[in-house]
Amino acid sequence: MSVTQKAHSAQRNQEIPEATRLRLFKLQVEIRYCEKRAYDLFLQNLVKGTSHLALGQEAVAAGFAAAMNPDDYTFCTYRGHHHTLARGAPMLSVLGELMGRQCGLMKGKGGSMHLTSVAHGVMGSYAIVGAHLPIAAGAAWSAQYRGTKQVACAFFGDGATNIGAFHEALNLAAVWKLPVVFCCENNMYMEYTPISAVTAVKHPAADRAASYGLERQVIDGNDADVVYSAARDAFAKARSGGGPSLIECLTYRHSGHSRADPAKYRPKEELEEWLKRDPVTLYRNRLLASGVAEGTLAKIESEAMTKLDQATEAAKASPTPSLESAMSDVWADGGNAWRN
Amino acid sequence: MAQLSYRDAVAAAIAQEMRRDERVVLFGEDTAAAGGVFKTTVGLFEEFGPRRVKDTPISELAILGAAMGAAMTGLRPVAEIMFSDFLACCWDYVANEIAKTRYMSDGQISIPLVIRTANGAGSRFGAQHSQSVENWAMAIPGLKVVAPSTPADAKGLLAAAIRDPDPVVFFEHKSLLANKAEVPEGEHVEPLGKAKVLREGKDITVIALAAMVPRALKAAETLAAEHGISATVMDLRSLVPLDAKTLLAESARTGRVFTVEENPRLCGWGAEIASVIQEEIFGALKGPIVRITTPHVPLPAADQLEDAVVPSVARIVAEVRRGLDSRRAA
Ligand SMILES: Cc1ncc(C[n+]2csc(CCOP(=O)(O)OP(=O)(O)O)c2C)c(N)n1
Ligand SMILES: [Mg+2]
Repeated sequence: MSVTQKAHSAQRNQEIPEATRLRLFKLQVEIRYCEKRAYDLFLQNLVKGTSHLALGQEAVAAGFAAAMNPDDYTFCTYRGHHHTLARGAPMLSVLGELMGRQCGLMKGKGGSMHLTSVAHGVMGSYAIVGAHLPIAAGAAWSAQYRGTKQVACAFFGDGATNIGAFHEALNLAAVWKLPVVFCCENNMYMEYTPISAVTAVKHPAADRAASYGLERQVIDGNDADVVYSAARDAFAKARSGGGPSLIECLTYRHSGHSRADPAKYRPKEELEEWLKRDPVTLYRNRLLASGVAEGTLAKIESEAMTKLDQATEAAKASPTPSLESAMSDVWADGGNAWRN
Repeated sequence: MAQLSYRDAVAAAIAQEMRRDERVVLFGEDTAAAGGVFKTTVGLFEEFGPRRVKDTPISELAILGAAMGAAMTGLRPVAEIMFSDFLACCWDYVANEIAKTRYMSDGQISIPLVIRTANGAGSRFGAQHSQSVENWAMAIPGLKVVAPSTPADAKGLLAAAIRDPDPVVFFEHKSLLANKAEVPEGEHVEPLGKAKVLREGKDITVIALAAMVPRALKAAETLAAEHGISATVMDLRSLVPLDAKTLLAESARTGRVFTVEENPRLCGWGAEIASVIQEEIFGALKGPIVRITTPHVPLPAADQLEDAVVPSVARIVAEVRRGLDSRRAA
C-alpha cells in the first residue's frame, strides 16, 4: 500500500498528548466492540432492517472525533454508527435505535441508517449517497454567518465522489470559503464494485481536490494518529477562516457492505493484507511500544466491554416505541395534520 | 394601501422579514445584484448586502442542501430554485432530506426554510420551463405547499412562510408576476392554510389555485352574465395545510363542485380535494365533482398550443356548462 502521508506520519504519535492517545484507543475499542455487538444482535434477530458496519474503519471516526470541538457538526452516512459513537452518543441509544426501541436515539423513527444526536453534534446520518455534503456546507455557512467558529464535517465513502452533490458541495464550499471538512473514507468499494472500476482517477477524492483549488491529501486511514493530526490541522484551518479541506483516508471494511453481504467479491489476499493492518491492533501495539502499560489498555478494554454489556441489556429491556409516535413530529408543532 | 406588482410584493415580503429577523438570508442563481431572473428579488442585495443576499453557482443540489444545513443550525434561509421544473434536479433534497429529517430525527432537527420557485405556464417556454408542479410537492409528507394568486397574498403568505417553523415550498406563478393590485403597507402576514372565498354564488363552487384563480373569476362573470349560473369561487392559497373546513362548507352549500387545476391530470391536487369532498359530504353533492385540468400531456411551446391545453376562461365556462348539462340529461 502506498500512502502519501504529507506531513502526517506515525512519528507524530509522540507529539500527541498521552491523554489524547488513550482517548483515540478507547474510542476505537468502544466502536469495535459495539459494531461487533450490533452484528451479534442482528444474528439474534434483535436488530431489524439493514445496517452497515464500520468494522475496520474505527481509526477514521476516532481520529476525527478527537480533533473536534464539542459544538462542531458531524454529518455522516448510513455507515455512521462509528461516527455517532465517537462523538459521544451513548451505546444504549445507538443499539436501542438499531433494535427499534423506545430508548433509541430517535425512538425507532430513523433506524440504523439515520442515527442523529444533535446533543452530540451528530446532525444526522444520510442514506442518499452524497446528499449530506451540501448540507454540511450549509451548516458551515450558518456557523460562518453566526460567527460561532464551529466547523462542519462530512464523512462519506469513495463511491460518493462520483455523485453530483460531492462536486457541487466542494465548489460552493471553496467559493464561499466555508469552515467545512470533507472526509472521504476510501474503503475501495462502493457496494460490491471496486471503486477503481468506475472512477476516472486513482484517488477518487484527492485527485479531484485540485478542481476546487484544494490541497491533495491522501492519508493512512487505519492509523489513528495520522488521522487525528490531519483532522486537527483541517479543523484549525477551517476555524481560522482558511476555508474547506478534503481528506481522503485509505481504509477497508472488514465485513460486507451491509449485513446481507458476505463480500465474496473481494480477493482473499486483499482482505488478509488489510486485516494485518487492523487499526485497533495497530494502535494497541503502538501504545505498548511507546511505553503505555498493558494494564492501562486492558482496563480500557474491560471497561468498554462492561459498558457495552450494560447497554445491551438495557436496550433489550427497553420497551418498543408507543405506536402513536409513528404519527408525531411531522411538523414543528409535534403533529402530522395536513388539513383542518 | 399601495399598488404593487406580484413580483414587487415578493421582494417586499422578503425585505420585511429580513428587516425584522437577522436569521433570514436569501440566495439562489442570479438572486443578488441581478435581482433575480424574474426580478422578484430586486433591491434586496442593495439593502442587505452580500452577507445576507447571495448568488450561488448553478448547483441546485448545493442550493437546497446548503439551505437545509443552514436551517437546521439556526438560520431561516429563503432559497430560490429559478424554475419549478428544476426541482426535479434537486428532488432528493425536497422529498427525502428537507421533508423527512424532522420526523426521522424524532423532532431533534427543525428545518425552517422556504423554497421559492417560479411555477406555471403562460411564457411559452415549453415542457421544461412551464410546468405546474405544486402537486409533486403536495405528495410529500413534511412539506407545506403555498401558491398565491394576488400581490397581497404573495406578500402576506411569503412572510408567513418565512416565519413558519417548517419547510415551505412557495410557488410564484410566472404569468401573475406583472399583475398589480392593492397590497397592505407596513407589516403584512397572512396565515397559511386559510382558503379565501372571492365570490359567493348559489349554483356551483369553483375551487382554484394561483393563475387559475383570476381565470375562474372571469369564468364566473361569464357564467353569471350569459348563462344564469351563479358561482362561488374559492382560492385555496395553500395545498398543505389544506383548509378542508372552508372547502367542504362551500362545496356543501352548492352541491356542485369544479376544480380548476393547471397541473396535469393524473394525481393533480384536485384529485385529493375531490376525494376529501366525496368521503365527507357525499350526501350534499348534487352531481359528480368535475376536474378541469391541463390534460395529461407535457406542455407544448407554441402560444396557440399552450393556450389550448392550460385551462382557459372559455374552457372553464364550457366545462362547467357541460358538467351541469350532463347532470340534467341524466
Ligand atoms: C443516491 C444513491 N444511489 C445509490 C444508493 C445505494 N447505495 C447505498 S450505499 C452504496 C455504496 C456507497 O459506496 P461508498 O460511497 O464507497 O460508501 P461505503 O458504503 O463504502 O461506506 C450504494 C450504491 C444510495 N443509497 N443512494
Ligand atoms: Mg466505499
